[in-house]
Amino acid sequence: MSPADTAKPAKAASKPAAKPAVKAASKAKSKPKAKTAAIKTRKAVAPKIKAAQNLDIADHQETVGKSFSDNAKMTMRNINVYYGDKQAIYDVSIDIAKNEVMAMIGPSGCGKSTFLRTLNRMNDTVEGCRVEGDICMDGENLYAPKLDVVELRARVGMVFQKPNPFPKSIYENVAYGPKIHGLADSRVDLDEIVENSLRKASLWEEVKERLHQPGTGLSGGQQQRLCIARAIAVSPEVILMDEPCSALDPIATAKIEELIEELSENFTIAIVTHSMQQAARVSHRTAYFHLGKLIEVNPTEQVFTMPQHQLTEAYITGRFG
Amino acid sequence: MAKMSFENHIMKQFDEELEEIRTRLMEMGGKVEQQLQNAVTAVTDADSKLAEEVISGDQSIDNMEVDIDEACILIIARRQPAASDLRLVMMVTKAVNDLERIGDEAKKIANHAIILAEQSGSAEGYTEVRHMGASVTRMLANALDAFARFDVDAAMSTLEEDKQVDLEYKTALRELVTYMMEDPRSISRVINVLWVIRSLERIGDHAKNLCEQIVFVVKGKDIRHQK
Repeated sequence: MSPADTAKPAKAASKPAAKPAVKAASKAKSKPKAKTAAIKTRKAVAPKIKAAQNLDIADHQETVGKSFSDNAKMTMRNINVYYGDKQAIYDVSIDIAKNEVMAMIGPSGCGKSTFLRTLNRMNDTVEGCRVEGDICMDGENLYAPKLDVVELRARVGMVFQKPNPFPKSIYENVAYGPKIHGLADSRVDLDEIVENSLRKASLWEEVKERLHQPGTGLSGGQQQRLCIARAIAVSPEVILMDEPCSALDPIATAKIEELIEELSENFTIAIVTHSMQQAARVSHRTAYFHLGKLIEVNPTEQVFTMPQHQLTEAYITGRFG
Repeated sequence: MAKMSFENHIMKQFDEELEEIRTRLMEMGGKVEQQLQNAVTAVTDADSKLAEEVISGDQSIDNMEVDIDEACILIIARRQPAASDLRLVMMVTKAVNDLERIGDEAKKIANHAIILAEQSGSAEGYTEVRHMGASVTRMLANALDAFARFDVDAAMSTLEEDKQVDLEYKTALRELVTYMMEDPRSISRVINVLWVIRSLERIGDHAKNLCEQIVFVVKGKDIRHQK
């Protein structure tokens, strides 16, 4: 803002009101001029700025903030994702640190879910989807040709928007992963894994009496925690969550959020969410995506109090999205 | 690059609510400024009637504080403001507090004005009161102008003025102490003048707080308690 811009409103604002507000004093004394001060009315003037909606995304060159970490679990460099001819992600580089909760926010269609899905190669199943760039976990390239994708998805688990338990018993839902990955040698082992996973997902107390009833019979919030239990049963290193609470009521949401906090002690978590308050509550760092570009990555407390980029500011204050 | 705008929310009602608290803060600022000027005038002109007006006028400032705070709490509960919106709401709750305190100091000055008007005696210390009163009033006016325009540069330079006010306070203090030693009969009167000067110095501090809050809203930087 240049001084010239403000000169005018300044004058207008500091013009005193014409007549004294307090009449009594001047009436009581026959003095030539009122000596009481008048109430000065200032008009709150906001300097005119370019509306956030008109900000040109093409101007945006590189991500602002702290995208990288010294203690990285996953490192992504220069990621470009295409669906056929259409580019969905533009040159995104970011680290996710060990035991960190990384939230990804942004308006619909900004590429945050697409980006999340590249992290365990879920996009492989999408026809015409092409991923360029380096994605490594602990230095190991996840897109190496000889990498076992099934094993990768055990190491990088995923929880989806809608709870999607298998049409099997609660026990079977959790036991399925460990069984096919050969993580349990005996029935006792398996029981232990199931119990531990359900405990970690804060579901054990609610379902221990009915482990052999169908998982689909649980409430939405319980189903989602069952899916989380299923994801952690195979001892993943990273858990990806794609809007895990959007189909849940506030209480169930609070339970999942509480759980995320606990899980971050053992796992690295990347969460995509439409709820900015949720990102503010659960995450350590927040990444803001806009039209396929990564605009800003910063500690969550900074993003929600003083974001660095104007687009982030406009989005989280509810000016577009 | 100051980029302050409290418009263009998808929820238009939110724009209006933020505008509302800003406007009401400006109104309160105007009223407080008037109280301060009247209180200083009441002292220097020995105008008890004006002083009474200042004292009774303080109630409306207290009411404004409560109302604006309530509006801010409602915005937080309803809108969960973030980033610059959040900083604005937080700033407004702090600013009304500072303004209310300035109002209280003005009331104290008015109380002393009445006592001083009743006592006869020399006008010792009045020059200092007039002088400091003018500095502090100007400081408050500049702070409020800076807030109306979210002008960080103006806020920063106004902030610096507090040092001058503190200096004036110390000088006045020293002078009046000397005077009391020379003429012990004047002590009870001069002490009242001292209270007035003390209040003016406090008002300078509150005006400084306002300036710091403006910097916080615009830049997101907390510059309190920095040397």
